[in-house]
Amino acid sequence: MTVYNPPIRDTRFVLEELLESRSLTLPAFTETTPDLVEAVLEEAGRLASQVWAPLNQIGDRQGCRLEGCEVQTPQGFAEAYQAFVAGGWNGIGCSAELGGQGLPEVVASAVQEYWHAANMALALCPMLTAGAIEALSHHGDDALRSRYLEKLVEGGWTGTMNLTEPQAGSDLSQVRTKAVAEGDHFRLTGQKIFITWGEHDCAENILHLVLARTPDAAEGNKGISLFLVPKFLVDEDGNLGERNDVVCTSLEHKLGIHGSPTCTLSFGDREGAIGYLVGEPGRGLNHMFTMMNEARHKVGIQAIGVAERAYQQAVAYAAERVQGRVPQARGGGPATLVQHLEVRRTLLSMRSRIEALRALALFTAGETDRARQAEDGIAREQAEMRVDLLTPIVKGFSTEQVVEIASLGIQVHGGMGYVEETGAAQLLRDARITTIYEGTTGMQALDLAGRKLLRDSGTALAEIIDEVEATSSELEASTTLATLGQALRAGAADLRRGMALVLEQGRHPDQGPDAIQAFATPFLYLTGHVLCAWLMGRSALKAQMALHDTPPDSAFYRMKLSSADFALRHWLPLGRAQLAVIEAGVSTLGELDSEAL
Amino acid sequence: MKILVAVKRVIDYNVKIRVKPDHSDVDLSNVKMAMNPFCEIAVEEAVRLKEKGVATEVVAVTVGPKAAQEQLRTALALGADRAIHVDTSAETDARVESLGAAKALAKVVEAEQPDLVILGKQAIDSDNNQTGQMLAALTGRPQGTFASDISVEAEGDEKRLKVTREIDGGLQTLSLALPAIVTTDLRLNEPRYAKLPDIMKAKKKPLDVKTPEELGVEVATRFTLVKIEPPAERQGGVKVGSVDELVDKLKNEAKVL
Repeated sequence: MTVYNPPIRDTRFVLEELLESRSLTLPAFTETTPDLVEAVLEEAGRLASQVWAPLNQIGDRQGCRLEGCEVQTPQGFAEAYQAFVAGGWNGIGCSAELGGQGLPEVVASAVQEYWHAANMALALCPMLTAGAIEALSHHGDDALRSRYLEKLVEGGWTGTMNLTEPQAGSDLSQVRTKAVAEGDHFRLTGQKIFITWGEHDCAENILHLVLARTPDAAEGNKGISLFLVPKFLVDEDGNLGERNDVVCTSLEHKLGIHGSPTCTLSFGDREGAIGYLVGEPGRGLNHMFTMMNEARHKVGIQAIGVAERAYQQAVAYAAERVQGRVPQARGGGPATLVQHLEVRRTLLSMRSRIEALRALALFTAGETDRARQAEDGIAREQAEMRVDLLTPIVKGFSTEQVVEIASLGIQVHGGMGYVEETGAAQLLRDARITTIYEGTTGMQALDLAGRKLLRDSGTALAEIIDEVEATSSELEASTTLATLGQALRAGAADLRRGMALVLEQGRHPDQGPDAIQAFATPFLYLTGHVLCAWLMGRSALKAQMALHDTPPDSAFYRMKLSSADFALRHWLPLGRAQLAVIEAGVSTLGELDSEAL
Repeated sequence: MKILVAVKRVIDYNVKIRVKPDHSDVDLSNVKMAMNPFCEIAVEEAVRLKEKGVATEVVAVTVGPKAAQEQLRTALALGADRAIHVDTSAETDARVESLGAAKALAKVVEAEQPDLVILGKQAIDSDNNQTGQMLAALTGRPQGTFASDISVEAEGDEKRLKVTREIDGGLQTLSLALPAIVTTDLRLNEPRYAKLPDIMKAKKKPLDVKTPEELGVEVATRFTLVKIEPPAERQGGVKVGSVDELVDKLKNEAKVL
């Protein structure tokens, strides 16, 4: 696997030029200056590329081993994780009162991309901890918060999310794990599966957040509560005590992310695992879902990181591998792959999409900053609506794209890409889970089309489409970018039409909103394409403006114009084709009997 | 004990060096810059001495353009307490040569009176390996160059600096009277990564800016850069048919036997 170079220049373009450092103007971030952000990106990039990235292939080859109830992670993972903790990176986005660094979400997200690109399997560990921090800080009582939060924020202890059971996957109402009250705590018994980083040797304690039912609880979702179950019990002074009755009984053999231990956890094989109620009884699912938006955004960021690595790997190979002749000169000298137009097209297709997805993900993170920190209540509310709307797109679209991008990465390598040694195949295998966990693409599409759109009758999306059209007009006013403006305008019109069809279906008197399932995924793709094209259109305007002053790095801006041109004229048309699928409506599927398949 | 550490902004060691088409200089436009790796070792050593309780204050200094403040911020993030920037932005020639840097540093030494000055043994851009030695001469302080180990030892009431130097034949150990000048070799230590909280704190640490004029020194370069040429590109190899042919080629073509 080749070295990883954090794409700091592009990150900075998105943060400073495309998003105009808007998050930094919020009152909470007055001390965060662009040069500080740059130093943060540089240092995170150094640790990611020098310490984490070289372990990526080792992690894939060695995988994790279960010895008794202990999990051994791949060689070097524990040290690399400890270096991350010692560097204070775990608390990057957490507020100062929790012991974090209180940097804007947009910066925290940008940095997360680097960890995932360097080593997705390892980066999952702090990603899960971040979810536990969210859950505990929002819903835990003071006693729980003061005993556990500091160590979680620092990263000395890690967190897990225990939702899934063999019979309860996407449908969590089926959860059966039991929690019986005993004094000031509960005793838990049951089995959880697919627990990411559920047991490992990288930190001294693990805090499991577990969905379970109390004996008298109602059936279904309303009977589920959230519990904190530490691997080692913690006394009042924060010292580690007895080993709790929760053990890892097996590890999954997976397609990818071999360095990330995916555990089956057994609670209460002996006297019952001690757990503490987090939040209100019966509100466990709600409490879990408060952090779902963020977790989904993080998976989108993760996908972008892996896609970037696949692109860098492909470019490096294409620049070295000699095959065929220079096409312009018949009988001319031998050519590297990158000198062939078709290979360049493939590479640009990868790069253009990554830049677009990064822009969309960081745009959404910027809206999260506004939703939390804007002074004006209406601005906060508007930003909140946008985050709700955009999150399933960032998650669903980025992850579907990374599967294609990593696959193209293999394609550029030819047969060598199918051979594990090059490392190209690992990226596809690793990336494949991202369309599944934290809610499948289908679930994201239903969330977008079935819930978020119907909830406000498309108000939030319609506002964004207005902005897309405004960008179209700006592009059309430029002689060199006018064709991009026309392409974007057509895309915006398609999205408006697609949105109208979804809303119409939602109000359908007989079929009802459930029938939206027939074209929710095509609608998610259409939205993703148009919004990505929009941000690349805006990037083109910024790049063109920058080029007026002939900056020293004009090559970067010219490349940005190429990426934008590709996104709007080569990639957007594929997305626009989704409108035809939406227009086909429910008839094909509505008449299809499930038993016929 | 106060330690002064000199750092230099140079082209990042990962960057493939390009020469300007007219051979007038190395092309630095849009190139990643970083702290000279030998200077990183110098900062690390100073910070370690502070962590051990040997040093009480670490001051980082650089002589260079405005952008070199980035490297001072890095030094502050790594643990230096404050920084001094000798700003050469107003100079007609942006290049600062060893003697200019040494003179400016001598003025800073005069003002700060550090017990120990640590510098990198050389910078990876010009590879001169001069500044530390010149500074020692200008300040009249003893020098221990190419240090692979240093420790402060008490001799009666006097503190002395034990410096292990990497020399051609092996290791040489010197005992220097303080105040002294030390230049670092690669094996002195392995520099740490800056921590996020320290990067944030670095912004609030004091950074003084002084011009060469204020210090009363002339840093202008005395050399004329005539030409920069990249190393010759490697020629393609040939396959030899036999050992005899190889020996013949080594003798008569390569002339190495």
